[in-house]
Amino acid sequence: MNATAATPTVPTVPGALARAVSDIAVITRRNLLFTLRLPQVLVLSSIMPVIFIVMFTYVFGGAIQGALPPAAAGRYVNWLIPGLLAQFALFGGSGTASGLAEDLAKGAIDRFRSLPMAGAAVLAGRTLSDLARSAVTLTLMLAVGYGIGFRPQTSLGGLLGALAVGLLFGYAWSWVMALVGLAVRSAEAVQAATYLVVFPLAFTSSVFVPAQTMPGWLQPFAANQPVTVATNALRGLVLGQGALPPGRTVAGQVALALVWAAAMIAVFAPLAVHTYRRTVR
Amino acid sequence: MDDAIIKVEGLVKVFGGKVPVRALDGLDLTMERGGVYGLLGPNGAGKTTLIRVLTTLLPADAGSARITGVDVRQHPEQVRARIGLAGQYAAVDDHLTGLENVELVGRLYGLPRRQARRRAGELLERIGLTAAADRQVKTYSGGMRRRLDLAACLVGRPQVLVLDEPTAGLDPASRRDLWALVGDLVEGGTTVLLTTQYLEEADQLAHRIAVIDHGRLVSEGTPDQLKDRVGGAVLELTVPDDDRARALSTLHTMQAEDPTDDQHRGRIVLPAPDGARTLTQALRRLDAAGVTPEDVALRKPTLDDVFLALTGHRATTPTGNGPRPRGGADRHRQQQPEGAAR
Repeated sequence: MNATAATPTVPTVPGALARAVSDIAVITRRNLLFTLRLPQVLVLSSIMPVIFIVMFTYVFGGAIQGALPPAAAGRYVNWLIPGLLAQFALFGGSGTASGLAEDLAKGAIDRFRSLPMAGAAVLAGRTLSDLARSAVTLTLMLAVGYGIGFRPQTSLGGLLGALAVGLLFGYAWSWVMALVGLAVRSAEAVQAATYLVVFPLAFTSSVFVPAQTMPGWLQPFAANQPVTVATNALRGLVLGQGALPPGRTVAGQVALALVWAAAMIAVFAPLAVHTYRRTVR
Repeated sequence: MDDAIIKVEGLVKVFGGKVPVRALDGLDLTMERGGVYGLLGPNGAGKTTLIRVLTTLLPADAGSARITGVDVRQHPEQVRARIGLAGQYAAVDDHLTGLENVELVGRLYGLPRRQARRRAGELLERIGLTAAADRQVKTYSGGMRRRLDLAACLVGRPQVLVLDEPTAGLDPASRRDLWALVGDLVEGGTTVLLTTQYLEEADQLAHRIAVIDHGRLVSEGTPDQLKDRVGGAVLELTVPDDDRARALSTLHTMQAEDPTDDQHRGRIVLPAPDGARTLTQALRRLDAAGVTPEDVALRKPTLDDVFLALTGHRATTPTGNGPRPRGGADRHRQQQPEGAAR
């Protein structure tokens, strides 16, 4: 054997954990620097949620108002904002796919994979930096919503809780999209796929209108699909029990949203890491 | 044998699909510590697949590969700590500065922040990019990016530096800069494994060369040894297309060594064991056969000839896409339009 000069020591378990945390931090920082130095991207991706808030509030708000539960305090914007937070948390998580596809195309993944770094750090760093971006987007949405009349009917704690549940839900989705990005490999295709998946899911959920107003055949799906669950959880936290459909409790919907998030991470994070370890440009 | 820094035995990699491709087909290779080891082969020969297996990016289907005695399959993480890879595309981040790029890779090699930053600064100085250290890489030229990519590979003090076509697409001046840099590294004790399509590059840099084709080792040795295997001088003739067949049959009967029809470049290549006398004799015969060559050259064999002799085709074919794959063997022929071949 010829393991002479500078044989790297095999890291101990706590050592390996510290390395993994450090690697994740390094990658997260790298991705966030990209965002800071390309502010156009952040600005452009913030315009769409703002347009949604304004357009739905003023264009559809009048028509939908009558179908709202009293907990919305007679304002469509109160009903809409929690739903849109859930929708754009999903959108933010979708950014993970195009970011990874781009890294793959540029050879960055090959480089990272040839380095003695933690295997999951590239994906963990990517999902975390996308989470940070989502946090900025969602905060901006709250500010814009507040500007046009959105008022939480519960408490500040409820509002922050809603933000946390929304972000966690988006973060879990980010792992689903990590797998998609590594498998599809094209940032453009991924973007198209994102619209194809997220918009239909959002429109067949309770984001914009109560699921009970939808046709009977659609209701079982609309009332139980994950975006509705997340929306109900956020809405319950922000508007109180009265905003939820009959038979649903705030605690129940929050717990269910967290179970969905945990299940997405439990299934897709290992799959994504497994795929990452086999991905070459 | 124990001094082998890279040892590859019976390596096989098959890519599936309707028509499976044996990218590596029982490749054996031994590379000793120190110096530049050139890996030559036409497109699709298996060079990049070999690089990917050696750098732990791709698992082989059979056979083994060891770097400094460590098996790439069994201990990939240990192999990664010993190598530095510069792939075909400078994998540097556009929106980070030069310094940040190298520091980032240093951190991922496990250096503490301060140490990573210091080492990044040293490396940028070494590659002559100190002045551009705090500029975002998107403002860099192609040559600067390549040098930065190389610096990023060096930050972990690898024992083996793997360069996959490091100068593809660079202009001649940047290419020479990079060669000088690689030369310095080797003097510092780093072992370099380099793939290239530029024969001039292999000739200039490599101490030893392995020619691979169809996933197998075709020949291996120093550049001079390889050239010697092809023989002495060569005579190159360009004749009008209509006379080509006649010229070939005339030259066939002239001596023991047969001419080669290099269709890609529209030339006939004839071994010239007797140098100028072979030239005179060939011209006389052609004249007698009524063939007037358009161009005649007597020259030493190049690695390109080695390639042609070993693999049956030129190292590079003028396909039009990708960087101009032209080596030194061509410099004196540039009056010939490229792609004259059909």
